[in-house]
Amino acid sequence: MTEGTANGTTRGNALRDRLSDFVSQIAAAGALIVVFVFLSFASPDFLTADNLFNIGSQTAVVAVIAVGMTLVIITAGIDLSVGSVAALAGVMGALLMSSVGLPMPLAALGGTLVGAACGLTNGLLVSVAGLNPFIATLGMLSVARGIVYIATDAQSVFGLPDSFRLLGQGVVAGGIPIPVVIIIAVAIAGYVVLSRTRLGRYAYAMGSNLEAARLSGIPIRRYLTSVYVISGALAGFGGMIAASRVASGQPNYGIGLELDVIAAAVIGGASLFGGQGTVVGTLIGAFLIALIRNGAVLLNVNTFYQQVIIGVIIWIAVFWDQYRRRKLASASE
Amino acid sequence: MTTETGIGTKEPVVRLRGVSKEFPGVLAVDGVDLDILPGEVHVVAGENGAGKSTLMKLLSQVERPSSGTVELAGEPVEYHGPGHAQHLGVAMVYQEFALAPDLSVAENLYLGREPGRFGFVNRGKEMEEAGGLLRRVGLNVGPRRLVAGLTVAEMQRVEIAKALAIDAKVVIMDEPTATLAEREIEDLFGVIKALTDDGIAILYISHRLDEIFRIADRVTVMRDGKVVDTLPISELDEDKLVRLMVGREIGNLYPKPDVDVGDVLLRVSGVKRGEKLKDCSFEVRAGEVLGFAGLVGAGRTELARAVFGADRVDGGAVELEGRKLKIKKPQDAIEAGVGYLTEDRKGEGLALQLGVDQNITLANLPMTRGLISLKEEGRIARKRRDELNIRTPSIRRRVQVLSGGNQQKVVVARWLETEAKVLFFDEPARGIDVGAKAEMFGLIGDLAQEGRGIVLISSYLPELLNMCDRILVMREGEVAGVIGREEFSEERVIALATGTGEAA
Repeated sequence: MTEGTANGTTRGNALRDRLSDFVSQIAAAGALIVVFVFLSFASPDFLTADNLFNIGSQTAVVAVIAVGMTLVIITAGIDLSVGSVAALAGVMGALLMSSVGLPMPLAALGGTLVGAACGLTNGLLVSVAGLNPFIATLGMLSVARGIVYIATDAQSVFGLPDSFRLLGQGVVAGGIPIPVVIIIAVAIAGYVVLSRTRLGRYAYAMGSNLEAARLSGIPIRRYLTSVYVISGALAGFGGMIAASRVASGQPNYGIGLELDVIAAAVIGGASLFGGQGTVVGTLIGAFLIALIRNGAVLLNVNTFYQQVIIGVIIWIAVFWDQYRRRKLASASE
Repeated sequence: MTTETGIGTKEPVVRLRGVSKEFPGVLAVDGVDLDILPGEVHVVAGENGAGKSTLMKLLSQVERPSSGTVELAGEPVEYHGPGHAQHLGVAMVYQEFALAPDLSVAENLYLGREPGRFGFVNRGKEMEEAGGLLRRVGLNVGPRRLVAGLTVAEMQRVEIAKALAIDAKVVIMDEPTATLAEREIEDLFGVIKALTDDGIAILYISHRLDEIFRIADRVTVMRDGKVVDTLPISELDEDKLVRLMVGREIGNLYPKPDVDVGDVLLRVSGVKRGEKLKDCSFEVRAGEVLGFAGLVGAGRTELARAVFGADRVDGGAVELEGRKLKIKKPQDAIEAGVGYLTEDRKGEGLALQLGVDQNITLANLPMTRGLISLKEEGRIARKRRDELNIRTPSIRRRVQVLSGGNQQKVVVARWLETEAKVLFFDEPARGIDVGAKAEMFGLIGDLAQEGRGIVLISSYLPELLNMCDRILVMREGEVAGVIGREEFSEERVIALATGTGEAA
């Protein structure tokens, strides 16, 4: 161990600490830039306002849900139910408008609350019943999807007011898509929660060492539950955006969505072992996935290859994470 | 257990010449020469980071030396990984055992080398041979038992039996007594004696001085990756050994300040928890250091955890400064002013991936308008770093990379931030350097001097006898007795702890 003097704080070291936290993000950001530059040259249609806004809108659902997922993963948990919950929220929100006749904002709120309720169930199963997060949310993945089919008889929900399209298709000032605005808003909120609130700090602490957190007086049940509620609520909100984009509630929406969401977080440096992850990293991950999908379409690459590419990127990201951990662990001996 | 006979005439079973191991930026092992003779207990002593563990890894082929030669029984060693080392007769008994809990004892003994042919395991042969090995290590359990049901001491025996199963010539033991009770240590030393009588060499890593003198034939002291000296145990005493390990004079290891003990701070009465705690009562006064002594499993940690609200209790009352407390969870205890530093720093004390600053403020975050004040957090962390002399390159550095002693100080800093009036220290000196130990006990003395009540839990009697005003001795979940400083003696504590010679 280096025995530096207590008072001789070196700026270089502080900077290095800060950097080492961001190394995985830098790698992901580098990949993002490379793909971006490559596509700019490879396809004339890529670097157009239309296409970029389109990417932004497409990314919104994954990005919004991935912010919640990041929080869950930081606690060393996982939320596999987000795809089903998004579908349930989208369908319920749609029904609130078409059958109950609620105005759009209330229906959107209703859908989000449906997601939060699913998240609350997940949270209680994990923190009170003591189920493994993987199992608890795997159950919810099935339960929520089942409820969607029961509620809709597996039929799409149409007949939504035009105002509903605003959420996923609208624009504000100078043509910036509302979904992009939503990404920015959720990202800022997520950033503040993670870096400046008890919830965020305790999430890192619980993910790093649950027993140490408990013995430090942190009410872990409450905070662990809250994390899943937030993930559920954001999944619900994401489901509403998705429903708005197709102006209907789709019972089959979001099958496999959890994979994209988890991939975004992991590519951005969130560690499935807990204790690590940032909103910025997750956004980079979400956009990287979106760019690859968009580029594949523009370049007429067989869509099945997208799946392969994204899978390979996940391997690289997780390998990188584990490699760093091993290095840290051996350095601390 | 010293067997002077023959040493010096035998051919070394292991011979290291100029062995170095370089990690990026660190020379962990630096030009080491070492001879290990058959049938000797060779202790490698040194502070954390002295290179002991790396040296062991070089022998067990977990790591490959950067330079130098390693010979086994006169033959230069080739490096092909841990399996190859075992094949050559070098076995390693790890601190954390490498056993598969859901397999039987016999299956573990022969894991990877099952007797039999064509992919079938000859279970009859396996059981028979396993039985013989277990007898040699004095383990009285059937080879069919699942490892999961064994005690820690029994698992360790299985590990040693594994070494015998590969016909080891050298068995490396890395702090094998760290998790054992006193009686189990005695038994282990008996087994080690039996192995050395068979000509097996034991390479034994430890920094517990008492046991080094009980078991070693020769001691090699390492410091900063280098061998300082190799000496027969007869040429060493405790002071000399510490001096060699630390490389400087350590003043008083237990600087107990003279404090006027004040009023009762904490009064605990009738705490019960199943079979673990039976009606335990005690009190701690301001400025007092109260020791908890007892055998492993006597209930010392359980009592501290019960008071702190870490475990559920069946009954009992806790009063702080005359005020009745309702402690159901750690949060309640912390808010009332009681802190508990766990025995297992890494497992229960620290969030290893968080920074020094974040660990210090974890139990008491500085909030302004609902948000964490990062400025205030930095100020607090720097203040505690200077005050406790926490050696870290920066306060944002992950605690994972700090040394054991500095990690322990981070935990102390966290509890100071909660303004705890009563602090339980559970084995605070375990796994930290001699130098850091002196610092830690100095710190405990300072905290008592400030008028806090301190409870010191330790398995090492000299710590308690030197640091405490009173010692509470536990036996089988009960308070066996409390001894005042003027009546302190090792014999008294042991008599109470074991229930022998009650009259003493």
